[in-house]
Formats: sequence, C-alpha cells, structure tokens
Amino acid sequence: MYDLKNLKDVDPGRYEVDAEPHEYVETLGRLDSEDAERFINVGVDTNEKDRTGTFLQKDKSIVHCRSAQEGIEVSSISDAIKKDGHVKSYLWKSISPETDKFTQSAEKTPHEGYYIRAHPGVKSSKPVQSCLYMAKNGFSQNVHNLVIAEENSELHVITGCTSAKHVVSGLHIGVSEFYVKKGARLTFTMIHDWGEEIFVRPRSMVRVEEGGVFISNFICMKPVGSLQMFPTVILAGKDSVARSNSIMVAGHTSELDVGSRIVLEAPGARAEIISRGITYGGTIVARGDLVGKTAGIKAHLECKGLILNKGLMKAVPELSGYEPGVEMSHEAAVGKIDQREIEYLMSRGLDEEEAVSTIVRGFLNVDIEGLPPGLQEKLDSVVTETRKDMM
Amino acid sequence: MLLIEELKVKVGDKEILQNVNMEIPDGETHILFGPNGSGKTSLMMTIMGFSGYEVTHGKITFKGEDITYMPIHERSRLGIGVSFQRPPTINGLKTGSLVKICDRSGTADVKKLAERLEFTDFLDRDVNHNFSGGEIKRSELLQLSAQKPDLILLDEPESGVDMESIMLVGDTINSLLNRGVKYLKGRTHKQADEAGHKSALVITHTGHILDFITADKGQVLYDGVLCCSRNAREILKWIREYGYQECVRCTI
Repeated sequence: MYDLKNLKDVDPGRYEVDAEPHEYVETLGRLDSEDAERFINVGVDTNEKDRTGTFLQKDKSIVHCRSAQEGIEVSSISDAIKKDGHVKSYLWKSISPETDKFTQSAEKTPHEGYYIRAHPGVKSSKPVQSCLYMAKNGFSQNVHNLVIAEENSELHVITGCTSAKHVVSGLHIGVSEFYVKKGARLTFTMIHDWGEEIFVRPRSMVRVEEGGVFISNFICMKPVGSLQMFPTVILAGKDSVARSNSIMVAGHTSELDVGSRIVLEAPGARAEIISRGITYGGTIVARGDLVGKTAGIKAHLECKGLILNKGLMKAVPELSGYEPGVEMSHEAAVGKIDQREIEYLMSRGLDEEEAVSTIVRGFLNVDIEGLPPGLQEKLDSVVTETRKDMM
Repeated sequence: MLLIEELKVKVGDKEILQNVNMEIPDGETHILFGPNGSGKTSLMMTIMGFSGYEVTHGKITFKGEDITYMPIHERSRLGIGVSFQRPPTINGLKTGSLVKICDRSGTADVKKLAERLEFTDFLDRDVNHNFSGGEIKRSELLQLSAQKPDLILLDEPESGVDMESIMLVGDTINSLLNRGVKYLKGRTHKQADEAGHKSALVITHTGHILDFITADKGQVLYDGVLCCSRNAREILKWIREYGYQECVRCTI
C-alpha cells in the first residue's frame, strides 16, 4: 500500500553545492544540442521568435540572458542587485530564509536565479522565457528568483525546470518571490521535466496588490523523484485575482506533493485553484487551501484525480473563512475513467486505446490561459507517449 | 441490414430480453414501442455491444456479419450509429473535436452540419457538459451526421426537445436516412430515392416523432419479448386508446 508516511525525505547536505562554470552563448543556436533538446521540452523557444526575453541558467552559470523589449528587464539576480541596490529590499521579503532547511540552504549557498521586471504600464508583447537547468550529477541547484510586475504592467513568464539526461540525482531548490503591483497582470507558466531520482523543492510567495491579476500554470508530466511545493499567494489589494492551474502525471516512482494556498485579504478578491492529477503507479497529493479573511471575497477550488493504475491520489481541499460574507466552495473527485465514456467514444469509431487517450487528454485539458501554441501540442504528445505506461 | 435471432440478454443476474427476433431490411425505418423498463434501451445497447449487456443466447447479424460479440468500435466502423438518450459528459473534449472523430472518412462539412442544427455555438463546448435535453439530441444528431452510419439507432429522439426544435430534429433524422425533402441539392424526389434509404430503429415513448419521420413498420417490446409487429401508426393508435395492456393480451 502507498503511504504518505513513506514519502521520500531529502537532506540538502547530501548534495554538492559547487559546480564547474559553463560558457555563455551569444545566440541560442550555439547551445549544445543535447541541452537544447531538454530546453525545448520545457517550453523554451530556441528561435526566440515568440519570446520577449530569455534567461538560461545551467547549474550555477548564466549561459544566456537578454531582453528584446524596452521596459522589460531580464537579468541574473546578482546583476540586478549590482545595478540597482533597491532590488535587494525585495529579496527574502515575503519568505523567511528560516522557513525550512531548503530555504536555509538557498540562503547559505545561492546560485543565481532570474530577475524579471516589467516597468510601470509596460505590456510584454510575448512571454519571457527562462530555464533552470541542472547538468551536474549530485548537485544542489539553489536559485532565488524575483519577478516584479509594476503598476499596470503585463508580463508573462514561462519557466522550464529540467535536468540533463545523464543527471541521475540532484536537488533543485527554487526560492521565488513575485510582486504584482496595482492593476498589473502576471501570468507564470512553469513546466517541469526531471529525472527519476531528482528532488525538487520550490518555495514561492506571491503578493498581489489592488486590481492585480496573478495566473499560475504548473505542468509536471514526466517522472521525478519527489517534488514538493506549496506556493502561497496573498491577495492583499481590493479586487485582486489569483488563478492557479496544475497538471500532474505521476508514473511509477514519482512523488508529487503539490498545491497552493491563496489568502484573500481584501474585499472583491477572487481566487480559483484547479488541479488535475493522473497517477499510474506514483503518488500525488493535490492540495489546495483557500483562506477568506474578509467579506466580499469569492473563491473556488476544483481538484480532480484519475487513478489509471495502482498508486495514491490524495486530494486535500481546504477552505477557511473568517467572516460571514465569504463565498467559498470546493469540489474534489478521485477515481478511474468512466467505462461509459470509453464506450461512448468507441461507438463513434475509436478503439479502446484511442478512446482512453482522448479522455485522458480531455481530462488534462484545463483551459490554460496564455499557453503558447506548440506547448499544447507538446502536452498532447506526452499523453500519447506515456499512454502505454499508463495502461 | 440487421437480423436478430432468438436473442436473450442478461444485465447482472436479471434477464432483460427473453427471446427477441427482429429484422430490419435495407432502407427501412422501424419504430420500437414499449413501456418503461420493457428492455427497449437494453436492446439498443446490446446491438451496439455495450458492456453490462450479456448475450446468453442468440445471434445478431449486421450486413451479413455475425456481430454478436464484436467490439463496439468495430460495429461502429461497420456502419451502426447510435443517438443516446443520456450520453456521458466528457470534460475537456470539445464537441467539435468529437464531431471530427465521428467523421472517419474526413468528408463531412462540420461547419455546415452544425449550422443546419443551429449548433455552431456548441462546437467549442465540452461534450454534453450542462447540455439541455434538446441540446443533447442536436449534439448526438450532429455526430451521427458526420459519422454517416447505414443503420441508425435512435433512443427517444423527441424526449426533452421543445416544440420548435422537434421539426429540426425530424428534418435531420430524415436527412440522415436519406429520406428528407430538405437539402435535396437540386435533386428530384426520384433521384434522391435512387441513392437508397438508410435503415433505422427508433425508440419512442410518445410517438410524436412519427409526425416528422416516415416509419415502415412498428414493433412492440413488452417485458423483454417482441409481441407485436405491424404498421407503426396503427400500433400507436391502439396504445393511445388502450395502453400497453392490449399488447399483453396479444402475447397470451
């Protein structure tokens, strides 16, 4: 039987904190082809045609970094601090380094991370892409990221987190702080693709001011040793909005403990958490925690899980209301594919296998806002690829 | 087209169909009457091959092939299509995508078919998600229009359909069966007829659909047994006058 108590724990002290530097490349065409393939798998557009900026980090080295739009800053966190001392005041502002052993480790031995900022009123025409890539076996990559959407700006960031094929074990710690100022809109899409013995511990905090919108999309469909995260979004301003979509697929050895907490602190704030999980031998704990602190807020949580094979799919929806005027709801469902749905599609001419993958694709097809074309097809192809394993 | 011989079907431990014999020749539309629970829908599900309907005796032949134990999708590809009364919702699958799945030959003009059924706005919606009774019917008929089956099984095509759309539903069924007087594309009645009719088995409760489609024959299923086979309108008249009691008397 699968048991939550058996969830893998990890000691950051077991991993190396230093790595050889890697060479900077001026154009993405000059990337090592093996690296490039891994980047592409997590949404990186190596032509940069449909991107407004790029940040690529390999182990502890920045291998490429540029912005193609005025008013959109993209740089490494250390460069940003060097350039503007003010940046430092945002770091560790919403997360304490003492939160856990991973944040402690990130503070003690930091390895860069990205800094992305949209100036007031600037709207990024295309997404900014970033990739945090681990190429050294046994390395603990500790990054600290900072994203600031200034007042009335619009920013879309796509982050791919992945490791080289030859990396067997490793630890990725990502401390991320997001600041969405008044009237700004930040879409953050994160795609993970790791190896079977890689541990991943993102630690994220988001703060949204009046009328601001934060949309988070998280996609992890490939095997991972264990991934645990519980980002917290504070809707601090009136009429602020947060939406969180997660798509998770856990094969044999994967453990995903993923969720988000959204705290609604101001009237008119709205929040929605949607998660879809499929397990075929792995463990998924899909959490969602909505906290309504004031009247006039509205929040909904929807968590659906499919068990295609043995495994554990645990949905943990939580609602806390502190005032009579909160409007909060959740729905959670865990089960298998309905035979009636399979047979319905078969009656339209699909064989059983085609019917199942059509349903699985539909199940994972949460209307992800701002998912660039190409990425949706990528998701579809992953479903097709892993279909045989799933069954 | 379809031949059913001495069919016995069990659902769980319960025998639902006791001894059904039925033939639907090429191009004929048959109406299946029967009270609730008489096994009408079970017969349809068995013809299509759904799980849970266990054939314990007898044989189903379609286009000369024994399909009694054939998988659902093979029956579908052979030319059987169903319009379900309560089809399941499929989250994340757009109705438009399903219509394209139905169109295996890749020849259907989905846009035009949807326009005809006033269903264009629904192509982007998840299959059957929060559809009303009438919307389900139009969705099912749209799928069948793309599928173009040779034998169509229709489970209560008029139920849940408002008066305004029932004509639309009727026209679409006629067009599916190649018996329509609309969408003739300039053909004469004779020319249209020469293309040949499709076959159909239509379950109806109220008989309203008979005002819109042409039935070649009616059959009554009572308690798992086909007990009457004659002109559909005549059967309807008797049922309206005496209820199904008269059919029971016939079986004795």
